[in-house]
Amino acid sequence: MRPAGSARLTGHMTHQSDMAVAMVGIDKRFPGVIANMNVDFSARWGEVHALLGENGAGKTTLMSILAGLYRPDAGHIRVDGAPVTFHAPRDAIRHGVGMVYQHYRLVASQTVAENLLLGLEGVPFRLNAGRFIHQARELGERYHLHIDPSRAVWQLSVGEQQRVEILKTLQRGATILILDEPTAVLTPQESEDLMRTLRQVAAEGRTVVLISHKLEEIRSVADRVTVLRGGAVVAGGLASGALSTRDLARMMVGEDLVTSQASGGRAPVGTEQPRLTLADISALNARALPALRRVNLHVRVGEILGIAGVAGNGQRELAQVVAGLRLPTQGKVWLDGTDVTDSDARSRMRLGVAHIPEDRLGEGLIGNLPLNDNAVLKSYDQPPLALGPLLLLQRVVRFTRSLLERFNIRGARPESITRLLSGGQLQRFLLAREMALNPRLIVAVHPTRGLDVAATQQVQAWLVDARGRGASVLLISEDLDEVLQLSDRIAVIYEGEIVGSMPAGGANREQIGLMMAGAGA
Amino acid sequence: MTGELLVAICLAAIASGTSILLPALGEALTERSGVQNLGVEGMMLMGALFGYIVDIETENIWLAFAAAVVAATSLALVHAFLAVTLRANQIVSGLAVTLFGSGLTAFIGKPFVGAQAPVTLSRILIPGLSQIPVLGTILFTQDPVVYMSFILVPVLWYFIYRTRPGLNLRAIGESPATADAMGVGVASRRYLYTLVGGALAGVGGAYLSLGYTSTWVEGMTAGRGWIAVGLVVFGTWDPIRVMTGAYLFGFVDGFQLRAQGLGSTVPSFFLNMLPYLFTVVVVSLSSGERLQRRLGIPRALGLPYWREERT
Amino acid sequence: MALSIRLERRANLPLAQRILVLSTAVILGALASGVLVQATGYSALKAFGAIVDGSFGGAYPISQTLAAAIPLATIALGTAVAFRVQLWNIGGEGQFYIGAFAATGVELIGGPAGWPAVLLLPTMLLAGFVGGAAWALLPAWLRAWHGVSEIITTLMLNYVAILWVNYLVYGPWKDPAGHNFPNSPRFPESATFARMGDGQLHTGLFVPIVAAVVLLFVLARTRWGYELRVVGENPEAARYAGIDVRRTMLTAMLVSGGMAGVAGVVQIAGIIHLLNGQLSSNYGYTAIIIAWLAQLHPVAVLVVAVLFGALVNGGFAVSQEGIPQALGAVLQGMILFFVLGIGDVFTRYRLRIFSPAAAAHGRSVP
Repeated sequence: MRPAGSARLTGHMTHQSDMAVAMVGIDKRFPGVIANMNVDFSARWGEVHALLGENGAGKTTLMSILAGLYRPDAGHIRVDGAPVTFHAPRDAIRHGVGMVYQHYRLVASQTVAENLLLGLEGVPFRLNAGRFIHQARELGERYHLHIDPSRAVWQLSVGEQQRVEILKTLQRGATILILDEPTAVLTPQESEDLMRTLRQVAAEGRTVVLISHKLEEIRSVADRVTVLRGGAVVAGGLASGALSTRDLARMMVGEDLVTSQASGGRAPVGTEQPRLTLADISALNARALPALRRVNLHVRVGEILGIAGVAGNGQRELAQVVAGLRLPTQGKVWLDGTDVTDSDARSRMRLGVAHIPEDRLGEGLIGNLPLNDNAVLKSYDQPPLALGPLLLLQRVVRFTRSLLERFNIRGARPESITRLLSGGQLQRFLLAREMALNPRLIVAVHPTRGLDVAATQQVQAWLVDARGRGASVLLISEDLDEVLQLSDRIAVIYEGEIVGSMPAGGANREQIGLMMAGAGA
Repeated sequence: MTGELLVAICLAAIASGTSILLPALGEALTERSGVQNLGVEGMMLMGALFGYIVDIETENIWLAFAAAVVAATSLALVHAFLAVTLRANQIVSGLAVTLFGSGLTAFIGKPFVGAQAPVTLSRILIPGLSQIPVLGTILFTQDPVVYMSFILVPVLWYFIYRTRPGLNLRAIGESPATADAMGVGVASRRYLYTLVGGALAGVGGAYLSLGYTSTWVEGMTAGRGWIAVGLVVFGTWDPIRVMTGAYLFGFVDGFQLRAQGLGSTVPSFFLNMLPYLFTVVVVSLSSGERLQRRLGIPRALGLPYWREERT
Repeated sequence: MALSIRLERRANLPLAQRILVLSTAVILGALASGVLVQATGYSALKAFGAIVDGSFGGAYPISQTLAAAIPLATIALGTAVAFRVQLWNIGGEGQFYIGAFAATGVELIGGPAGWPAVLLLPTMLLAGFVGGAAWALLPAWLRAWHGVSEIITTLMLNYVAILWVNYLVYGPWKDPAGHNFPNSPRFPESATFARMGDGQLHTGLFVPIVAAVVLLFVLARTRWGYELRVVGENPEAARYAGIDVRRTMLTAMLVSGGMAGVAGVVQIAGIIHLLNGQLSSNYGYTAIIIAWLAQLHPVAVLVVAVLFGALVNGGFAVSQEGIPQALGAVLQGMILFFVLGIGDVFTRYRLRIFSPAAAAHGRSVP
C-alpha cells in the first residue's frame, strides 16, 4: 500500500501513460434498469474532465465503478495504462482514485483534524496531531482549501465540509479525484473557490473528473467533456472550448422533438382563478440551506403543470411546501382562493391535496404493514371507516380491495405485506389511495421513477385522466420526456428558482435543456 | 460530630462508588464503540460469585480477581457474539445475559451463601499522603482496587481523547460506515470493547464480595449494574463525568447507611430509595436532546452494522 | 439512547417458522443447561425429570404451571403493548408491586366495610390498573416529551416500588395479629379469587385470557390499535398522517403499566391473599422475554407464558430434589440465547432474498 509519500503530495509524479484512466466497454445493470451501456471513458493526466448528463444518465454509476464501489458487468478499466480490477473502495484508493461523494464520509462530532487522521497510515499511538495537522494545513493552503483543524465537523458549513473531504483524499495520495455534483450545495463564491482548487490540482499533474449538469461551470473549468444520456455515451472527450452551451444542452437532453401528444397542445383552460398559487415562496431544505428562492407559480383547474429540472434543484422542497410538509420561510400558498400557508399536511389533505412522494416506501407507505393499514393511512379516523373509537375492519378490507381492483393491481391481497410488492404495484397502490380521496390537486413527484413501461404508461394515463375530471396536477419529474408529454404548461426550476415557463405545445427542448443547466437565456 | 461523620460518609462513598465506577467505565467504553450492553448486572454477579469461590478455594486474592474477570468476560463474549456477529437485538441480548447471570450465580452459589471470604482486600495506607488531614483519610487509606480506579479514570480519559486507538473507538461508535470506509475495522473493535466492559464489570462485582463486603449473597449487586448503565448516560460517556456520578451515588449510598445507623426516624426504606431516585433525576437531567448532541451520544449506539451491500 | 434502537426485524416470519425457531431453541437451551448442570455436580437427568414431571406430569402439576403462568402472561401482555411502539418498559416488576399495593389499599377499606366480592374484586382490579399505570406515567412522560431513556427510569422505579411495599408491610400495614411477619392482614374471602382444583390455580386465570382477547380486538379493530401499529413502524409516517405520536406513546405505556398492575392484583388476590415484599420472583423481567419471544402477539404471549410458567414451576419442583431453584432462570437465559442466535439466522436469510427485489421497488439508480 503506497503511503502518503511526499512525491505524491508535491505533485511530482511519474506516469507510465498519459491516460490516467481508461474505462472501456463498461456495462452495468441493476434490476429493471440499464445504468451503463457499453460506455467508454478516458481522462488524461493533468486535465479536468467533466462528465455531463441528466439524472439517470449513468454518470454516478460509472464513477462509482471507477471508485471501486460497484463491479461492472462487462468491460475493463486501466489506470495509468495498467489493467486493474477493484473489489472494494480500498483497492481504488490504493491506486490513487479518490471520490468525494455527495454524502460526506465524515464523523460529524469529531474535529476536522480527527477526521483527517482517522485510518491514516503512520499516525502514532499518541495522537500527536501536530505534524499531520501541519501537513494538512499546508496542503490546504496550497489548494485554497482553508480549514481550521480544531473545529468540529458538525459546526462547519457544507462547503467547508467538502473542503475537508477533498483534503482527505489528497492526503491519502489521490491522483485521480472524482467529484460528484460538488457545487450543488455551495454558494457562488464557494463554487468559484472550488473551481480554482480543481484547476490547481490538475495543473500539478493530477486528474479531476467532475460530474455535473451545470453547463457554465463545465465550460469554465473543464478541459474536456463527456456527455452521457440514457446510459450511453453521446459525445466522448470533446474539448470543452470547442462547444457552445447550446451544443452541450442539445447533447444532454436529446434532439429537438416536437412535444406533447397526450395533451396535444391544449388551449389554456381559461382565465378563472387558479387552483394553486405560490406567491414569492422561499424555503430551506432539511440542512437549513436555501432550497427555494422566491418561487412564483400557479396551476389552473384541470391543468397539468410540469416542473422540469435536474434533481436537487429544489423540487423536493417545492412538493413539500405544497403538500404542507414544510413551512416556507416567506411567501404564501393559496388553494382555491384560501390561504393555506400555515396549514399542516393533514388539513391540506382534507382540503383535497394529494401527495405522491418520491420516496414510496418511506414517506408514502409503511413497508412492514399490510396493504390494509396503508390504504387507510389518511382516512382511518373518519366515517365511514371509523365508528367512534372503532375501526371497521370489514370496510377497510373492502376499501382496500376496491383500490386494488380499480387500479388493476394484480397479485396482491389486502393482507399482503406492503414492502413485498413490486415498484409498479406500489406506485399504483399509492396513486389508488390518493385518488380515492378525490383530490383537487395532485402533487406527483417522480411518479414513474423505476417503473417498467407498462406501469409507467398506466400511471401517466391516470394522471391525465384525473386532469380530465377537473383535478390539477403539479408534476415534478426528472424525465424531461415525461414532462413534455403530459404537461399543459412547463416551468423549469434551477437552483430553487423558476427560470422559465411556457406552454407545453411547441416547447423547445433545447431551450429547456439550457434552462435546466443554468444557462437559460 | 459532623466532621467525623462526614469523613466516614466520604470514606464509604469512595468504596461504594468504586463498585459502580468500574462497571460504569467499562460500559462507557462498550457504548462508545456502539454496543448497548444491558448485561452489566449479570456480569457483575458472575464476577462477585466466581471471585468469591476462587478466593475460598485458593485463598489468593489476585487469582480470585482474575477468575472474576474470566467469568464476567465469558458472558460478555456471548453478548458480543450475539450483538456484533449475529446482529441480534442488543437490548434483549443484554437482558438475557443479566437473567442468565443472576440465575447461574444463584444456582451455583447456593452452597456458598453467607460464608465469609477468607482473604479480602485490605486497606493500604499510602505513606505521607494518608497523613493529610481529612482528604488523606478519605482518599489514601483505601484498598488497591480503589487506587486502581483512581488511576483508571485519567488513563481512560487520555486513551479516549488523545490516542489513535481512542480516535478509532470514537469513530466506530459515531459513524461505523465512515470508519469502515477509512479502513478502521468495526466488528473486531466492538468485540474488544464489549469484552473490556465485561472485565471491568467483573472486577466491580468481585469488589463487592471481596472488598466492600466479604461474603456472597444471591443478587448482592442489588441493581448496581443498572445504576452503572444509568451513570454512563449521566456522564455522557466521559470517564471523568462518570466518575463524578459514581462518587455522588456513593455519597448518597453512604449517607443513607449512616443515617440508618443514627437511628434516623425516616424509615430505612425511604433512605434506601435515594440512590435509585437519584439516578432517575440524573438521567432525566442529562437527556436533553441538545445537550446530547453537543456532548456526543455515540450516534450508532445499539444499531448493528452492515457493510453496504454491493450489487 | 433508547431512541436509536429499533425492535429488530420482527419481520413477519410465518407461524411455522416461528414455532420451529422457538422449539429448536428450547431443545438446544435445555441441552446446554443440562451440560452446565452436570458440570456443577448435579444430575441433569434428575433435574429435567423433575421439571417435566413437576410442570406437566399430571393434573396437579399442570394446574400449578398454569397458576405460575398467570402473572407472567398478564404482565407480558402489557409489556408487548409498550414494545409495539418501541418503548422498552422494563418496569413491569415495579408496576406489579404498585398494582398490588393499590389493590390492598382498596381492600383495607372495602374488606372491613363488608363489601361483597362482586364489588370488591373489580374495584381492586381497577385500582391495580390505575396504580400500575400511574407508576409508568413518569417514565412515559419523560420519554415521550423529553427523550429520556425509559429503560433506566422504569428500572430504577422497580426498586423504589419494592422498597415502598416493604415499608408498608413492615410498618403501617403490618398485620397486628401476624406474629410480627412483614405481611398485611390476610384478605377476606370477598377479596380473593376462588380456587380451581387442589392446587394454587384460581379463577384469576381468566384475567390474562380475557385481557388477551380484549387486546386482540383493540389492536386490530380500534383506531388506537391502528395508531399503535403505525407509530411503532414509522413515527414519521404517523406524523404525516396526523397521529399524535407522543400521546400514542404515553397511552401505550400507561396500558402497559396498568396490565402489570393488574397482574399484581391477581397474584395477591389469587394466591397469597395478602400483601408482602416477596410477591414476585422477577416476573417483570421474565415477562419482557416472553413478550419478545411471542413477537408481541397476544395469543402467542399466552402460550409462551405457559412455557415459562412450566420453568418457574419446574424450579420449585427441582428444589425439592436438592437442586437450586435458580435453575429455572438459567434455563430461561439459555433458551433466550439460542432464540437470539437462531432467530437471526432465519431473518437474515430472508433479508438476503429480498435484497434484489428491493432494488426493483423503484429505488433510483445512483
